[in-house]
Amino acid sequence: MSVRVYVPLDAAARSVGADEVAAAIAGEAIAREIDIEIVRNGTRGMVWLEPLVEVATSGSRLAYGPVSPADVPSLFDSGFLTGGSHQLSLGPTSGIPFFARQDRVTFARCGLIDPLSLDEYRANGGLAGLTRALAMTREAIVQEVTDSGLRGRGGAGFPTGIKWKTVLDEPADQKYIVCNADEGDSGTFADRMLMEGDPFVLIEGMAIAAVAVGATMGYVYLRSEYPDAFNILQRAVAISRDAGILGPSALGSGHPFDIDVRLGAGAYICGEETSLLESLEGKRGVIRAKPPLPAISGLFGKPTVVNNVLSLASVPAILEKGAGYYAAFGTGRSRGTMPLQLAGNIKHGGLFETAFGMTIREAIFAVGGGTASGRPLRAIQIGGPLGAYFPDHLLDTPLDYEAMAAQKGMLGHGGIVVFDDSVDLARQARFAMDFCAIESCGKCTPCRIGSTRGVEVIDRIVAGEDRALNLELLDDLCEVMVDASLCQLGGLTPFPVLSALRHFPEDFDRPATASHQPALAKEGSQ
Amino acid sequence: MIGFVSWDATLAADLIRARRQLPGATLPILHALQDTFGYVDDQAIPLIADALNISRAEVVGVIHFYHDFRQQPPGRHILRLCRAEACQSMDCDSLAGHVRERLGVDFGETTADGAVTLEAVYCLGNCALSPAAMLDGRLIGRVDPARAEQLLAEAQA
Ligand SMILES: Cc1cc2nc3c(=O)[nH]c(=O)nc-3n(C[C@H](O)[C@H](O)[C@H](O)COP(=O)(O)O)c2cc1C
Ligand code: SF4
Ligand code: FES
Repeated sequence: MSVRVYVPLDAAARSVGADEVAAAIAGEAIAREIDIEIVRNGTRGMVWLEPLVEVATSGSRLAYGPVSPADVPSLFDSGFLTGGSHQLSLGPTSGIPFFARQDRVTFARCGLIDPLSLDEYRANGGLAGLTRALAMTREAIVQEVTDSGLRGRGGAGFPTGIKWKTVLDEPADQKYIVCNADEGDSGTFADRMLMEGDPFVLIEGMAIAAVAVGATMGYVYLRSEYPDAFNILQRAVAISRDAGILGPSALGSGHPFDIDVRLGAGAYICGEETSLLESLEGKRGVIRAKPPLPAISGLFGKPTVVNNVLSLASVPAILEKGAGYYAAFGTGRSRGTMPLQLAGNIKHGGLFETAFGMTIREAIFAVGGGTASGRPLRAIQIGGPLGAYFPDHLLDTPLDYEAMAAQKGMLGHGGIVVFDDSVDLARQARFAMDFCAIESCGKCTPCRIGSTRGVEVIDRIVAGEDRALNLELLDDLCEVMVDASLCQLGGLTPFPVLSALRHFPEDFDRPATASHQPALAKEGSQ
Repeated sequence: MIGFVSWDATLAADLIRARRQLPGATLPILHALQDTFGYVDDQAIPLIADALNISRAEVVGVIHFYHDFRQQPPGRHILRLCRAEACQSMDCDSLAGHVRERLGVDFGETTADGAVTLEAVYCLGNCALSPAAMLDGRLIGRVDPARAEQLLAEAQA
């Protein structure tokens, strides 16, 4: 029997040479006349170890990494195909501390299986959730999701079951399931990783949602920055159709459901659900006023479930194992698991799925190993470009929705971006305003104009012009943006700005030095 | 290098016709045109407007709204540098400065010899391997000075 060797096809792994490593292993095996089977799996999420090569031995999978093509001959020399030790040996994958400490629920199969093998998907619990759902009433499915405590993983944290109930209760000739795969937040890549590593779980989650609310058509709105995910998802949808999971009768249930994968076009605002719906309808992604909620009047005016990739992908496990299983993870009103994404200046960057409640400090130091540069950590931004900057003294805040909100921050989509002491928080605050100006949909004044004014005011503060006056102006401006913006782009941009100002005032009070002034003036041009 | 073809009205009309029936067809059509020609030619605007029965101004409005769509042919290579926070924490600004200087262009511009178009992008989903870049649709992680030199050589080839 040939030995199975796993080399990830995940875009992050490919970005540091996974394809070249796979080719080198295949070439070396041929040259040595050894029969092997190379499986292109998703990533295990230990991104700093990519390309992470695994060999299936009896009992466990042994990991080696990070592997470069130049390492391949010596891996063969050391007998890695039978578990031989090598300087890149990491032991059994499941024993690597970063991996062993996790609660892998949503990402249980990611990295384990060939993402496009339906047989492997089934053999590892796939389709059990949908099968069970098909034997239940719609109300019971929705109740199960409600009881699990699952809250939207796209950022706002709205209870998923309650959203589904609204759509279920709304009579209509047509309903839609829309998967928000726009994943625009810097520091996040969980959606991408899941779509590339276990696309069938998203399809299954969407099918369960469709059955639950009575929808017949689904769309995945995927950001165009993810060409690999697009490719894999499209193939997974085609395979699902051939297998009768999608199509006129989902799994032979008589319930028709199909999915189309659509690409965004580089607009951050299109991650906001109403902007996304406008975009799917073929228009400019200008925000719609709410109400009506998309659940009542969404895509093409029909009741629509809009959920993040991770929300939908968590549903199959909830249906398979029960609401109680899922709700047993977590703390307070933050139930289940959260895939934290350790990003930026961090030694062990990657995806870490864990029950809510771990502290920021634990995530960054115990799990992430501290900064990549080895310099002292100074700030972290959590929850994407609209999330607050945290200083060192708030690192013991637990990573759950309520605890983060209590510190005027948000968990958002779970991205944690680490900065060392070379960071300039005035510059980060300026970027937050600038980003808002670049990405504003233009519908309301506080955001469209306010963000540009914000950039100017911060520049004046940093330049030392009328500091007191301009600081007051910045405060007022932020207040107006928070109170009067139509959506959370304008409404949340003040959070990174004010947190930077509150926790790092010294960065706003430095004599302008040659090193940061010109760079400040340069940015913003697209 | 990405094999774009030069503007061809017949081909454009075919691409549009194949997608006009899709619900919300505008973005799929614009993507198909840009994937084929590298940009959306002005001559495509009336074709799209007619096919979808919307005004030309609406089509132009959509093209302008989305950062992805170009209205001028790009260079032979497209180099996109991530400028978002995770990459900032790994000093993507210095990388950007270096690349701009070496190519002699700013973001959104194409080198005089038509070799490279430089674009800014806000997150490529590779934030554990910052700074990140994308060359002709291929994602590249941990762009240190050596990788940057390699990228520039490839892009200028
Ligand atoms: C500016 C802005 C950008 C957003 N971007 C995303 C995104 O990229 N992905 C996402 O799932 N939700 C995003 N959201 C949240 C969505 O509006 C919406 O809450 C979410 O899709 C609902 O799904 P969930 O309940 O499963 O989280 C964004 C919101 C705002 C205000
Ligand atoms: S806050 Fe900004 S993005 Fe949101 S509706 Fe207003 S202008 Fe558009
Ligand atoms: S911030 Fe650069 S890849 Fe995400």
